[in-house]
Order: sequence, then structure tokens, then C-alpha cells
Amino acid sequence: MKPAPFEYFCPDSIDQALDLLSEHGDEARILAGGQSLVPAMNFRIQQPAVLIDINRVPDLDYILEEENVLRIGAMTRERQLEFSDLLSQQAPLLHESVPFIAHPQIRNRGTIGGSLVNADPAAELPALMLALNARLKVRNNSQERWIEAPEFFIGMFTTALEADEILLEIALPVMAERTGWSFMEVAPRSGDYALMGVAALVTMGEDGKCEGAKLVYLNAGDGPLEAKEAANILLGEKISDDLIQSAAEHGSEHEITPFGNVHASPEFQRHLAQVLTKKTLTQAVRRAEERKQ
Amino acid sequence: MTRLRSVAITVNNQEYKREVEPRMLLSDFLRHELGLTGTHVGCEHGVCGACSILFDGESARSCLMFAVQADGHAIRTVEGLSADEDHLHPIQQAFWEAHGLQCGFCTPGILMSLIPFLEKNLDPTEEEIRHALSGNLCRCTGYQHIVDAVKLAAERMR
Repeated sequence: MKPAPFEYFCPDSIDQALDLLSEHGDEARILAGGQSLVPAMNFRIQQPAVLIDINRVPDLDYILEEENVLRIGAMTRERQLEFSDLLSQQAPLLHESVPFIAHPQIRNRGTIGGSLVNADPAAELPALMLALNARLKVRNNSQERWIEAPEFFIGMFTTALEADEILLEIALPVMAERTGWSFMEVAPRSGDYALMGVAALVTMGEDGKCEGAKLVYLNAGDGPLEAKEAANILLGEKISDDLIQSAAEHGSEHEITPFGNVHASPEFQRHLAQVLTKKTLTQAVRRAEERKQ
Repeated sequence: MTRLRSVAITVNNQEYKREVEPRMLLSDFLRHELGLTGTHVGCEHGVCGACSILFDGESARSCLMFAVQADGHAIRTVEGLSADEDHLHPIQQAFWEAHGLQCGFCTPGILMSLIPFLEKNLDPTEEEIRHALSGNLCRCTGYQHIVDAVKLAAERMR
């Protein structure tokens, strides 16, 4: 249970980090919070020849609001998200979900950028990025580009990030008016990876009909999965328990592909998905209606 | 073997300078380089919480960090809790009195997790206490006496 030897670099600027990454390419891994990478290295599942530690690169941890967009630096610790007043007001879905991520000791070190780049299908933050229409700013040593969340997550532990690129920032629109949110998951123990998790956002019109809905599942397939058809069932309708039931059945039966694990069969995961969809949609609709008044 | 790196790490208010391999975990640095074996190593992949220490005042898993990352930072371990050899820290005292431990393997990690928790909140509810303890596994106590000990410590520290 000791990591294999590696060459260690600790750049103090992002340009230096990008040059190192460009030089070492696939051989190198970026060390952010290290809460997934270091255990994988302890098990020797990961044996990077080069480790580029960006913990001493300044100005990569911030939570700002500019023109109705929240900008979050990639090295912002999960604990900073948890205690951010700005997020609690402008992105309550994200704020409320963070305590589900592992434990306080892990959240003190773990970063938003690290979790997104790791792209664990059972992790909370990738699913939340999909639910929140996030855009991700990445850079190599010659150019910068933005990637939309659905294009960023391309598979299990796989993202659209190139070997010479570093994720720098996450941009989220602030939550729209008349919108309610909910996040729920079921885990064997508090802080364990969830067997199933659901993020829901619902926007209710002045006329009492649903104007927008979003449902995203975690640990339901290769990566975070958005259930667009289930959400469409709600659009333009007055929300009833029967309608929520239909959306929950459709999403859990047709739009997820859970693999099952030692704690839960795929059937049980689908059952959880259905129950959690009902609960999250109900809570999101209630909150949307409260915010309308 | 990769090149050794010099580190200067403050542990329990004392600065230590050592040459270490980059792959040396902070938990191993504390135990093997400094002889501070109060920090226990259980699972070595971040699940059990036995190796929890304070990194710049906040709890962290020392098995999920490299010693080189702690260069220039301040670490606090269970050895740094009590003021002197004759007096336990109020949290330690409460664990003793409320039977908050049996074998004691998980205890240092639990104590170090509780320090920042009680610094922020000296009137925690049982639910908050259990959430604060959720990152530390104990196989002896069933947690009930640990929760009692935290309540007792909080009461005395108020």
C-alpha cells in the first residue's frame, strides 16, 4: 500500500504547470486535492511517472459572481463550496449537495476541478455540472477553450480533456427565477459512494405550468446521465403526483443503464432511481412554487 | 529511487527538517521519520479515518497526502493535544470518562476530526455529531459512547 516512485514537480504558476504537462504528456498526472488519485496510487492502480502538484499555483481557488454567472476556480476545495454564502443563494442545488460528498476530512482537501476531471460515474459533482448547465474552461500551453458539461463527460473516468490540458474554471448560470431544486442519494453509509443519486431542477411558470425541468442521475451508467424524455413529460403541464410518477417510471426504466455492484443489483438501482426521482421532483416543484410567491 | 527533497514541516509547533522521497505519505513521515506513532494507519486509502490529522487547522487524511505537500505547512497530531504530560485535552478527558474508546485504534483520528468541529460549534446536536464522526470508522464502541463523549466535551468546553 505504498505508491510507486515518481518524479515530483511543484510549479508555482499555471504557465509552468502547463509547460511541464506539455513536456511529459501521458506520463504525467496533475495532483489537485488527491482524494481519488492518491488512494489509486497507494493501491498502485495508478503509477504515474510524473506528478505535477498544482496546490501551490496561486489564484485557482475562488467563487465569484459576474453578470449572473458563477465562476468557480478549479482548485476550490469542496469545503469552500459547502460554506459559500454566494452558492447557497445563487446555486442552492450545488450548495446543498456538497455535504453528500465523502466526509469533512476529504472535502477539506478534495477540489471541484479534481472531481470533474476524475469523472467517476458515482461522484456527485459531475452530475451536478450537467444539471446546472456548467461550462468548463480548459487550457494547454498555447490556447484556452470552453467545453459544455455534456461534451466534457464522455465515459467512465474519461473526459474531453486532452493530455496537455488543465481544467481552470467552472462557469455556472445563477439559478433562474421560479426554479426549485432537489438532490437526494442513497448510500450504504453516510459519505460512501451512492448506489443511486438524482439531481432535479424544475421551473414553474406564472400560469402554474412547468416551464423547464432537468433530471440527472449519478451511478446510473458510464457517467452522469440526463433523463431528457422524463423531464419532457413535465413540460407545459400542471404538475400532479401522477405526472411525477410517469416521469419517474420513464426515467428509471428507459433512460439509465445501471450496472449493479456488490451492494445493489441493477434492478434495485432502478427502483432507487424511481423513488428518488419522485421525491426530488416533488421537493423541487414545491420549492419552485415557494420561490414564486 | 527518485531524488530526495528537503522539507520543513511544523508538527505540533515544532519545525522538523528532513530529506524525503516524494512518494512518502504524510502518515508515514509522521510515524517513521518523526516517530510520532499516535497517528494510526488503518486502510491507507482514505476510508477509515484513523490517520486524520490537522493540516493548517483543518482535518485531513494523512494517508492521502505526500509529505512534500506539507512543506511549509503546520500539522497537528494527537501528540499535540494535551498541554503537558499530566493533563489531557478536554476532549481526551471526556473520551476517558464516557468510555469513548475500547481498543483505541481509531481514537487519534476521531479526536483530530473533532477538534475543528468543536472549535466551530460548541453546542452540536446529536445529528451534527454523528455527521462529524461519519468519516471515522470504529469497530468496538458502536459509536454511542463516542457521541456521549463529544457531548460531554462540548459541555465542558463551552
